[in-house]
Amino acid sequence: MLARRVTPRILPPTMPLPSARGLYDPSFERDACGLGFVADLHRPPTHDVVTKGIEILRRLAHRGAIGCDPCTSDGAGILLQIPHAHYERVLQRSAIELPNQGDYGVGQCFLSRNADVRAAEVRFIEDAIRHHNQKVIGWRDVPVDVSVLGPVARDSMPVFRQVFIGRMCAVPAFERTLFMIRKRATSKASRAGLHDPYIASLSSKTVVYKGLALPERLEAFYFDLKADDTRSKLALVHSRFSTNTFPTWERAHPYRRIAHNGEINTLRGNQTWMRARESLLASAAFGEHIADFKPIIRPGGSDSASLDNVVDFLVTGGRSLPHVMMMLVPEAWEGQPEMPAERRAFYEYHASLVEPWDGPAALLFTDGTYLGATLDRNGLRPLKYVVTASGYVVAASEFGVLDFEPEDIIEKGRLQPGRMLLVDFAKGRIVGDEEIKQEVAAAKPYAQWLEANKIDLRALPPSSPPPPFGDEERRRFLRAFGYTREDIRLLLASMATHGEEPTGSMGTDAPLAVLSERPHPLFRYFKQQFAQVTNPPIDPIREKLVMTLVTCLGGEGNLLAETPKQCRLLELEQPVLTNEDLATIVAQPLADFSVTVLPMLFDARAQGAGEALERALLALCADAERAVDEGASLIVLSDRGVDAARAPIPSLLATSAVHHWLARAGKRMRAGLIVETGEAREVADLALLIGYGAGAVNPYLAFEAVDALDAEAPRAERGLHYVHALDKGLLKVMSKMGISCLSSYQGAQIFEAIGIGPDVISRFFPGTASRIGGIGLAEIASEALLRHAGAFDVPVRDAQTDEDAVDAGGVYAWRVGGERHLWNPYTVASLQKAVRLEDARAYQDYSRAINEQGDAPFTLRGCWDFASTRPAVPLEQVEPATQIVRRFATGAMSFGSISREAHENLAIAMNRIGGRSNSGEGGEDEARFVPLPNGDSKRSAIKQVASARFGVTAYYLVNADELQIKIAQGAKPGEGGQLPGHKVDEHIARVRHSVPGVTLISPPPHHDIYSIEDLAQLIYDLKCVNPRARVSVKLVSETGVGTIAAGVAKAHADSIQIAGHDGGTGASPLSSIQHAGTPWELGLAETHQVLVMNGLRGRVRIQVDGQLKTGRDVAFAALLGADEFGFATAPLVASGCIMMRKCHLNTCPVGVATQDPVLRARFQGTPEHVINFLFFVAEELRTIMARLGFRTLDEMTGHADVIRPRALQHAKAKLLDFDAVLMRVVPEASALHALGSGQQGTAELWSSGGSTDEALLEGARLSIKYGEPTTMQMVLTNADRAFGARLAGELARRYGAEGLSDGTVVVEATGTAGQSFGAFATRGMLLVLEGAANDYVGKGLSGGVLAIRPPARSRFKAHENVIVGNTCLYGATAGKAFFAGRAGERFAVRNSGAESVVEGVGDHGCEYMTGGTVIVLGPTGRNFAAGMSGGIAYVLDDERVLAGRLSKAMVDLEPMTRDDEDLVRALVEEHAQHTTSVRAKFVLSTWAKRHFVKVMPHEWKRVLTMRAGQPVAAKAAGGHG
Amino acid sequence: MGDPKGFLKVARVEEDERPIDERVRDWTEIVQPAPESQVSEQASRCMDCGIPFCHQGCPLGNLIPEWNDLVHKGKIDLAVTRLLATNNFPEVTGRICPAPCEASCVLNIREEPVTIKTIERTIADHGLQHTAAIPRPAAIRTGKRVAVVGSGPAGLAAAQQLARSGHDVVVFERDDRIGGLLRYGIPDFKMEKDIIDVRIEQMRGEGVTFRAGVDVARDFGADRFVRDFDAIVLAMGARAPRDLVTPGRELGGVHFAMAFLEQQNRRIAGDTLDSSSAILATGKRVVVIGGGDTGSDCVGTSLRQGAVSVTQLELMPKPHLMRVPTNPWPEWPLVLRTSSSQEEGAQRDWAVSTRGFRGEGGRVVGLDAVRVVFEGGKMRPVEGADLLIRCELVLLAMGFVGPERRGLVEDLGLTLDARGNVRSDRSGLTSVPGVFAAGDVSRGQSLVVWAIADGRRVAAGVDAWLSRAPAKRAAAG
Repeated sequence: MLARRVTPRILPPTMPLPSARGLYDPSFERDACGLGFVADLHRPPTHDVVTKGIEILRRLAHRGAIGCDPCTSDGAGILLQIPHAHYERVLQRSAIELPNQGDYGVGQCFLSRNADVRAAEVRFIEDAIRHHNQKVIGWRDVPVDVSVLGPVARDSMPVFRQVFIGRMCAVPAFERTLFMIRKRATSKASRAGLHDPYIASLSSKTVVYKGLALPERLEAFYFDLKADDTRSKLALVHSRFSTNTFPTWERAHPYRRIAHNGEINTLRGNQTWMRARESLLASAAFGEHIADFKPIIRPGGSDSASLDNVVDFLVTGGRSLPHVMMMLVPEAWEGQPEMPAERRAFYEYHASLVEPWDGPAALLFTDGTYLGATLDRNGLRPLKYVVTASGYVVAASEFGVLDFEPEDIIEKGRLQPGRMLLVDFAKGRIVGDEEIKQEVAAAKPYAQWLEANKIDLRALPPSSPPPPFGDEERRRFLRAFGYTREDIRLLLASMATHGEEPTGSMGTDAPLAVLSERPHPLFRYFKQQFAQVTNPPIDPIREKLVMTLVTCLGGEGNLLAETPKQCRLLELEQPVLTNEDLATIVAQPLADFSVTVLPMLFDARAQGAGEALERALLALCADAERAVDEGASLIVLSDRGVDAARAPIPSLLATSAVHHWLARAGKRMRAGLIVETGEAREVADLALLIGYGAGAVNPYLAFEAVDALDAEAPRAERGLHYVHALDKGLLKVMSKMGISCLSSYQGAQIFEAIGIGPDVISRFFPGTASRIGGIGLAEIASEALLRHAGAFDVPVRDAQTDEDAVDAGGVYAWRVGGERHLWNPYTVASLQKAVRLEDARAYQDYSRAINEQGDAPFTLRGCWDFASTRPAVPLEQVEPATQIVRRFATGAMSFGSISREAHENLAIAMNRIGGRSNSGEGGEDEARFVPLPNGDSKRSAIKQVASARFGVTAYYLVNADELQIKIAQGAKPGEGGQLPGHKVDEHIARVRHSVPGVTLISPPPHHDIYSIEDLAQLIYDLKCVNPRARVSVKLVSETGVGTIAAGVAKAHADSIQIAGHDGGTGASPLSSIQHAGTPWELGLAETHQVLVMNGLRGRVRIQVDGQLKTGRDVAFAALLGADEFGFATAPLVASGCIMMRKCHLNTCPVGVATQDPVLRARFQGTPEHVINFLFFVAEELRTIMARLGFRTLDEMTGHADVIRPRALQHAKAKLLDFDAVLMRVVPEASALHALGSGQQGTAELWSSGGSTDEALLEGARLSIKYGEPTTMQMVLTNADRAFGARLAGELARRYGAEGLSDGTVVVEATGTAGQSFGAFATRGMLLVLEGAANDYVGKGLSGGVLAIRPPARSRFKAHENVIVGNTCLYGATAGKAFFAGRAGERFAVRNSGAESVVEGVGDHGCEYMTGGTVIVLGPTGRNFAAGMSGGIAYVLDDERVLAGRLSKAMVDLEPMTRDDEDLVRALVEEHAQHTTSVRAKFVLSTWAKRHFVKVMPHEWKRVLTMRAGQPVAAKAAGGHG
Repeated sequence: MGDPKGFLKVARVEEDERPIDERVRDWTEIVQPAPESQVSEQASRCMDCGIPFCHQGCPLGNLIPEWNDLVHKGKIDLAVTRLLATNNFPEVTGRICPAPCEASCVLNIREEPVTIKTIERTIADHGLQHTAAIPRPAAIRTGKRVAVVGSGPAGLAAAQQLARSGHDVVVFERDDRIGGLLRYGIPDFKMEKDIIDVRIEQMRGEGVTFRAGVDVARDFGADRFVRDFDAIVLAMGARAPRDLVTPGRELGGVHFAMAFLEQQNRRIAGDTLDSSSAILATGKRVVVIGGGDTGSDCVGTSLRQGAVSVTQLELMPKPHLMRVPTNPWPEWPLVLRTSSSQEEGAQRDWAVSTRGFRGEGGRVVGLDAVRVVFEGGKMRPVEGADLLIRCELVLLAMGFVGPERRGLVEDLGLTLDARGNVRSDRSGLTSVPGVFAAGDVSRGQSLVVWAIADGRRVAAGVDAWLSRAPAKRAAAG
């Protein structure tokens, strides 16, 4: 009960979130959840449906969260049809007579607790009702039981009143009128300065009951829900898990039309675009009232609330609910040849109207007549459904939320990506995905409209671009646009030659753009944001079927209308325009489509550069507006025409300024925006331009530079390669945020600024986070002019090549004459001398060079000083260095990225001093778990659990003091990785449970973490396997990370690691090293502040890492709130690394980052080197602590008030404002550092569902102790999560990797198991389940055997129904799993050793598989075997459709050989034995007629062939014959 | 980078030196240029380090990895440009630089460094044969006049840079030929002098005026000199030699090394010297005092002149054969080095302190010395370890103590630093406005590569200074 000690703060009784404070900003709130609905198709409304809805909530309680107050949930709610009988009865008591059902509407209002305000709110509502000529029937106080609420919920509770409105208009107009009443009431109220009254629902059909009661107490809270006469045919429920604990009643779901699980990644863009469309909105039905609706999206709402606003608006505007869902959350239709043409046309047409609301989403929606569910195109949130013969339709995040008799169930399934499930109460039946979509798509001749209006670039008459520049001219422009030798030599050369961005390694240690003394392009002041925890990044390579770069340009129309002209747009396959493309577009001859080119230049010779830039910008904006007024369909912003007198306006500034100007003027949707610029050259530049509004970009100078390159690729191909590289990079940048469609990425502003001042941000980049202020227009202009002067004031004629003509750069690596780096010859040499000779003077040389940054800071902390008001303490009184080093950890570097010698050296060093080394993500050799004879240990105290789960077995997990879930990595957040086959040697392969020579891919997301509640599940799984280890979660610093961290703390993590953007890497695209993430100072401060504000800080330890190099660095980290400190690069340098930055080439000449035995032999590091370094750091820290007056780190942690910014002369750095970062959150009774030493209440976690596990441990006592056989019977529910994992951990601890002999512990269970059934089950365990299981079955299976079959009494065909959920056998290394039914998406993802038989799988089956065998006795979904580099799958393909669903990049289809047949047959027989599968019996009995195909990865085949010493192909051919 | 694994495949191969018995018989360069194919292969050993420590080692900041890559790819013409971007006279450094770049090369941690110096020389020589010596006059003349005093490497580098910035540059040289130490300090067997002439021609083409045989202080007077020029760069070197104050120092046959070396260079250049003042080692037993580069040059020159024997004495103890741990990479390795001249037949002795010279007839016949040990940084003679070395010629090569004070330094009233060098700021500006100092005159005795680097740095300083000040002539006119 550790966590409960913190007393919650008393909050004012307001409904909204606290306002922005320090680094907290309410707009970063995230949530995720459990949701479900139940509908009764057969009977009239019943109370039973309501009860069932509540029951679903109760069964999903583990998916929600509680914060610091155990009785306050993050929100729960239920949506019902209007319970007429109930209202009629209760209103009679107040002598109010209700008209008939349907003739009145009910408004569920959350009103102010202040009586005066409340009276005003009521007045606004009644005025609105009267304004729309409807009748106020009366008000009712909604009866609630406040006692069931926790204190936080109680203190923030609004007053609940219902208003009843009599219908005075025609029936069809009534819902619309109610909508208009609600909009008017709230908009009038908010214009009058009230926080508008929140109306949870206002409808004649549905009503919403929701709030901060615990899900299981919702019914107790709202008396209405208990009443027998509260009846409905449907109940839609939702239980929320928010990242924060701030109480917000209105953020509970369901909303008026939808309930949502997931996250809309593109929210900011969607909001901007919606706002921009408002001026074009017109509808006969709304008439002049439409003015009341704006903004359509209520500001300050969550992503779900915003989506609900738009759905609500569009449905009320006349489209059907399914139609609206299809247009806002379209399935992946691009490149889907099997989709009917009509439906594709529907999507294509609507793509011209509205960009997708993109992000992981399971959406339930209803208008009282339709009740439906849909998944986004990626289908990353689970949704299962059950249909019963008795007429119930149940959909929910999990199976098992309602109990039905097995024989009653006629269908059990899960929703597939992009699919829709619809209950039509008017028709009284389920309408299938195909049927409903076909109906909607056929309503209008969309295909004809497209045919007649869409403009295809390829169909336009080609036009030639301006002639290429001469050498001298080009070189002058290269200088004017700030090109460097690195840009040409590294970036462009790689892109033009190989068609991809170059790879680099180690982190970045150069100053931030705002701290640099050199002019940087404005692009460099922005950092990409990325998905972590609350939504997953996407793999744009392996899952490209959901990705699209298609973009439409031109003027859009009225969103409420549907006319052919609305698709009169220019369609581009991708947004990079060649010089020829742009010329063609500009010269296009269409009469009704006009293009205006506006110069993006400013006066280079004017006095007052800032003013000149501002004048030019504003003139450009005004010109753009005029062009729109004059009917331009496309505006091209162009900086061609730079000369001695005119400098380019930074293209990003111009683009965003024009975009926002037009949006504010309500004219943005009337024209498309193209940017023709010499400035953009790399992926990040294009991403920024598009992210701030550009529809397409022509980087004309880059094309010319590519042409002029001294490169190997033939000139003709270079441009294509370059475009290809940009496209590939754009997909990667989008997918980092989990965004699939360029159209939704456009304008989504998924960036934050570092070092740009509030004036520029608020005027030109509104909505962009910029936490520390910075430069203004004057500085931006002067940087542009510096470049310009370099081009026009200094002759270029000496240059022989472009490279000779430009600046060195030196951003990626230290170069003479280039950018400054903290790691330079001097610091590397001094540090190595210090640790090798134990030379304190040399350490001082080193630390002084790092710490004393003078007027040229490198880092944010370099801008600071200490300013303690405490009396200094004698050095002897400061806690000893031996204590301090226990808080030190080395960074997560996999064995594979660094050499075995370097890896083990770190482990030995850290074990000697009581610190922690980190295994990294590549598993760990089991031999290292055993201490060495001399007492040393090579065991990594921290074992990482990363997305690929390499080597993550039960035995690995129990050999850890800390289990670290790596969500992201500083050098490449949001990206996966790849260890190419040629680097996988025997040893690495063994540790990663693979075979040498097979490529090992790390997916961008953890496929079991798509949301915060998923993370909670994984934490739970890990704690079950190893209850002794603490669980930490590694995040990367970005704006909003504090909010995520709060959610992570609530998910029961014990420790949170905040990594800086600058951390090292073995290999990463250069652009990711440079352009994603923020310095740890920001992320750490935000995390600490938000946790303290939430009362969560005491629960978790915070660890920070990212280029920590000295005791001074550690001191600042502690003051900003870190308990522990990670070092990676510096210990490597101490071990001999000399920053070659060649880790990715395997050529490290000092044996640190290489697997080459010749080079490994050169490794010279010793544990003493690492230890000496850490002690030097600790001693330096101690002197600082003594000076500042802190005796212990605990005392010091979180005292940001001791930090004072230094006065700097540096023209840019002096503008920075650190107030928000250095704000000390002073809470009452809240800790500023972690309390206790380790884990937050594991026992408490288990109390929710662990009793079955306890019983299992108890029952298996003899097996655990003596290896005796045991057989047990158990009953499971969906609350029994990670069933078997605790036993697996116990067995692994005692019996190691070997486990017990097969079948020692046999469990015969019935029921519906919760998530992670059989996770990490070890050899010796046999878990048989009669029933079904949810997601993650057999996750990390480590040798155990699982068998799941439907209940014997079931009447449905098992092989046509779903029996296990998504992501089963994820990262399994050994064992067997038999499923008599179908599985969901991503079956056997990253399996490396398990054998399994299943009777059908969803999309992405066998993704990233590297070993093992999978037999599918039924259909597969799309994208089967994507990224599959090893193992074999056998698919029963009687219909011969597999070839069309296969991802062919890495595998081939082959016929089975005789050997294959024997193997498959044996496994199918075993399947039949374990599951009594009807399907298996059928297949076996008709074996000869069945058509199996073998899915064989190319690499696997090559390796097997090599190993066997005989060609497999010949064998295969023989089998064929 | 041409071949990421080049360093694993290719072993270091240095330039060949001609056989000793052949080369001691002439004055031509002892190094045989390596074939370009070999150099190209050697260049593949460069690893294009994330931190090119060679940059740190090279005062000029030569873009070593970049031109290594170009050489490896056979693009030597581009390498020439890249090399000349940081170094005015790579043909000089490619011959005589001790190559601190190689010492700090990352490959030098465990094995042998890239042959950077050979590659540089190859590029430079290729350049001289093609385009590198073509004058590149400034497009725009500033009309400002800059005087450069001294035509050694610092002065020449400064002059070339300033001329290319458009200034009118006049180089004054006290000696009869342009080149300073390059001309008279470096024996021809290390560097033949025509390469200096090529550069001087080039600089003339770029508008530089050379005035040899002018002692500015004497011939103009400091005041007038300062009035006449918009800026002055002092690059007179640190020519005051360290002397040995011992009995017998006045004897005939005891000479400063520079006097000896200069005479030989003049002979090779075709000058006829007065035989009475000639210093020749022919048929003599020679002792060279001082174990540095100048000492080595004396050894090589003496042997070529036909000395009977050459003994080289060094005061400091014999260095270690290998790096010691307290002198780790990338520090300059304090190890025993053997120069090509020493290879040719010098007897070397260390920790020997000269006590005096014995004379007969006013000429030296022997040298008294004693062995010394160093304890706690202090030198102590070893009791009874006296030695007598018979010799007829003693050459003092014990380094230089600083610039000559007499002349401009005194006349201009320049402030000196603690070591007696002319004090200047980062841009080279001395205590007198408009007067800059470059090279040994402000740095003290150092390497040619530092002199070139200083010349470039100070030229930039002068250029910046001039851009702020109106031209004197313009102001007057």
